[in-house]
Amino acid sequence: MTSIGTGYDLSASTYSPDGRIFQVEYANKAVENSGTAIGLRVKDGIILAVEKLVHSKLLIPEANRRIQTLDRHLGLATAGLLADGRQLADKARDESANFRDSFRSPAPVKYIADRLGSYVQVYTLYSSVRPFGISTIIGGVDQDGPSLFVIEPSGVFFGYHGAAVGKGRQLAKTELEKLKLSELSMRQAVFEAARIIYLVHDDSKEKTFELEMSWIGDETNGLHVPVPKDLLAEAEQRAKAELEDFE
Amino acid sequence: MDHFPTNWGRPRNDAFDAYGTYPISQRPYNGPTTDAFSDGIQHTQQPIVTGTSVLAIKYKDGIMMAADNLASYGSLARFKDIQRLHPVGNNTVIGAGGDMSDFQYIQALLDQLMIEEFTEQDGHSLGPSEIHEYLSHVMYSRRSKMDPLWNSLIVGGFKDEKRFLSYVDLLGTTYSASTLATGYGSYIAQPLLRKAVEGNEDVLTEDEAVKILEQSMKVLFYRDARSLNKYQIAKITADGVSVSESRSVETHWSFAEGIRGYGAQTQ
Repeated sequence: MTSIGTGYDLSASTYSPDGRIFQVEYANKAVENSGTAIGLRVKDGIILAVEKLVHSKLLIPEANRRIQTLDRHLGLATAGLLADGRQLADKARDESANFRDSFRSPAPVKYIADRLGSYVQVYTLYSSVRPFGISTIIGGVDQDGPSLFVIEPSGVFFGYHGAAVGKGRQLAKTELEKLKLSELSMRQAVFEAARIIYLVHDDSKEKTFELEMSWIGDETNGLHVPVPKDLLAEAEQRAKAELEDFE
Repeated sequence: MDHFPTNWGRPRNDAFDAYGTYPISQRPYNGPTTDAFSDGIQHTQQPIVTGTSVLAIKYKDGIMMAADNLASYGSLARFKDIQRLHPVGNNTVIGAGGDMSDFQYIQALLDQLMIEEFTEQDGHSLGPSEIHEYLSHVMYSRRSKMDPLWNSLIVGGFKDEKRFLSYVDLLGTTYSASTLATGYGSYIAQPLLRKAVEGNEDVLTEDEAVKILEQSMKVLFYRDARSLNKYQIAKITADGVSVSESRSVETHWSFAEGIRGYGAQTQ
């Protein structure tokens, strides 16, 4: 951390002499501490999956969800500060509702990603605020079919076939690259997503986690809903079995 | 004293230029420069494009509703392909008479409401009774602003093995019954519906319910000058919501030849 002590890392409104904004880079560190989140864009839909680290056994199962629904056709998974994710999802719901009000049609995924990107970027401009401590995977199915975007703390957003953010993103990305995403069915993709989350989970460091998964596409009539319990259970079972074979 | 020389020697009423001396635009204008009413808020004072009756009955398996496809512009049959039965969620249909633009606004309002509920992802969804309650508050709050949504609405639904049928109108008035009808239908069809349905709510089959509504829609088409022989039937049961394709009933008008007293007969 060469930035520490230089004085250029105290405010998001000051560049360092070599043109970096350290506060934004620190925000990325907040993301790296979080459980992995992945998104898969396949033939007829989107799968979102999250490795939700459970820090206490006293927590109610399925509490503190990290996948949120923005609109009928839009879902979002975050890695990083949970509360920042809630704030961004609220904003996204507003944007989606405003688009509906103006144009009487569901908002394109890209439009929402664009608006959220601009919103996140604004938090990199002022000394009085801190940048968002989250990377966001936003997925949805619109007129042009399924699409998937990642918004980073700097405000940049890119479209992806497969996306991974959080702690295990490197390994997850390598695994995603091995898949032929555009040929997978949604069901197959659910199994792959579960497998990848189980694979990137580091047993030695983190104790327990919950697999959280949602999907949008032909299987769900274009609605963003959690993957049904029985399918989720089957996917987890397969993921565990495959992991044991691997080891 | 009028101090503007161009006004001297002219008629007091300058609404028309009796002498044709000056173009009106060149004459000074001494009246009020702003229209005191132009900035005022205009409230709905009458419906413009309107739908007529909606009918609804309870029957054995749930609720059945009917409404024709006409949206009138005064007495002109302006739009003949308007759907006035609108599904909301998986358990509810609302049927609307009155102003169709206000109805479209209500549709958008409910759509957003249902999305907000959906995004909660808490396993709950709004049923007919909640939607009716919500609508009654919207309607009453608008009438209290002296700007009502000019509709009479029937909310029908089936959820948790319970039938629901209720009415709400532009005043925020609500009531429930096993048969409901709005507009002209409340005079013409309601007695027929009551006779056929009351006491038989748990006996009537789907086919019988359709027959009752068909008969009432036919009578309404004969009697109501703002109706159309093209209508849809919605049913809401344990299986969910379905709105039929447009259909019509056979009518005979030969008796009209014998009517004297209207129109252009010579004697």
